Amino acid sequence: MTQGGDHGDGSFEARLRAARDRHGLDPKPVEAPRPMAASAMGVGMRVGVELLATLVVGLGIGWGLDRWLHTSPIFLALFVVLGGAAGVMNVYRLMAPGRMPGSK
Amino acid sequence: MAGEAHTIDALGQFKLHTALGPIGASVNFSQSNLMMVVAGVLVLALMYFGAKPRAVVPGRLQAAAELAYDFIHKMCVDQIGEEGKRFFPFVFTLFFFVLFGNLLGLLPFSFAYTSHIAVTAALALTVIVLVTVVALSIHGMHFFTYFWPHGAPKALAPIIIPVEVISYLSRPVSLSIRLFANMVAGHVMFEVFASFMIMMAGAGAIGYVGAVGPLALNVVLMGFELLVAFLQAYVFAVLTCIYLHDAVHLH
Repeated sequence: MTQGGDHGDGSFEARLRAARDRHGLDPKPVEAPRPMAASAMGVGMRVGVELLATLVVGLGIGWGLDRWLHTSPIFLALFVVLGGAAGVMNVYRLMAPGRMPGSK
Repeated sequence: MAGEAHTIDALGQFKLHTALGPIGASVNFSQSNLMMVVAGVLVLALMYFGAKPRAVVPGRLQAAAELAYDFIHKMCVDQIGEEGKRFFPFVFTLFFFVLFGNLLGLLPFSFAYTSHIAVTAALALTVIVLVTVVALSIHGMHFFTYFWPHGAPKALAPIIIPVEVISYLSRPVSLSIRLFANMVAGHVMFEVFASFMIMMAGAGAIGYVGAVGPLALNVVLMGFELLVAFLQAYVFAVLTCIYLHDAVHLH
């Protein structure tokens, strides 16, 4: 639901929407989850934990795949890099929640 | 802990031992479990005795209970949307279990069960399993498009999909590490400053004056830890809500 888009009976649609809003019939459009209003230390902590967590998961997946397929250390090397990339992506989403189109 | 040859044993406080005497020992009922039960009973008591008077003008306890209810209810609706009301009981339980664990841990002779990663990881796993089940039951197989952002070039699929999957799987890890690390850090700092105090006092009359420094620091730290205890419970609950929002709305 775009706000400025008026298709066909724009005025009627707009009035209907206004009326529904007034009576609270429509669920409110959910805004993108905003970053928590936290201290700088809290934000730093979150970023650090985020980077560590993805790296740990990447490490775990790589190590598990290697153990299973006996291909040590190909997957380990690959998934550590992917884990790092996922960490950077998570941090990016944390810092710029509204700007990335498919980020949610 | 003697004054001389004193070493700082900052991690000993997290050791589990059995509680409730021989009965507890026979079933390995630790002090951590005991505090969990205490926290559960306290939350139930708050809600029961808070809701009991049913006064139009609430008393103190009723106001606290209503505030608690409203706070989580608003969080659910704000973060998840109208569907959030369905998850209200879950988020409420989670928030108060974590909050009371953090707060009870600050009392003397108590134990912060949220300072064990086994506990926080179990909570985080519950959250992520619930989120995945909710997403699968609402969207079915469509859920897997979650790992593919809109409009990404097809050629990048071999990179993007593993990265998204890792990012998804890292959620319980970061959720559990954050809570556990915050609680451990706080309690270790208490222990370290308290040890400084004893060491200083062991040095004689001048030491007693010097020991005021760490004591004052510990008092300040206690205020800070109260904030952390609340903030971490809040973060845990809000992130659960955000993940549930993703599961319900998917992109």
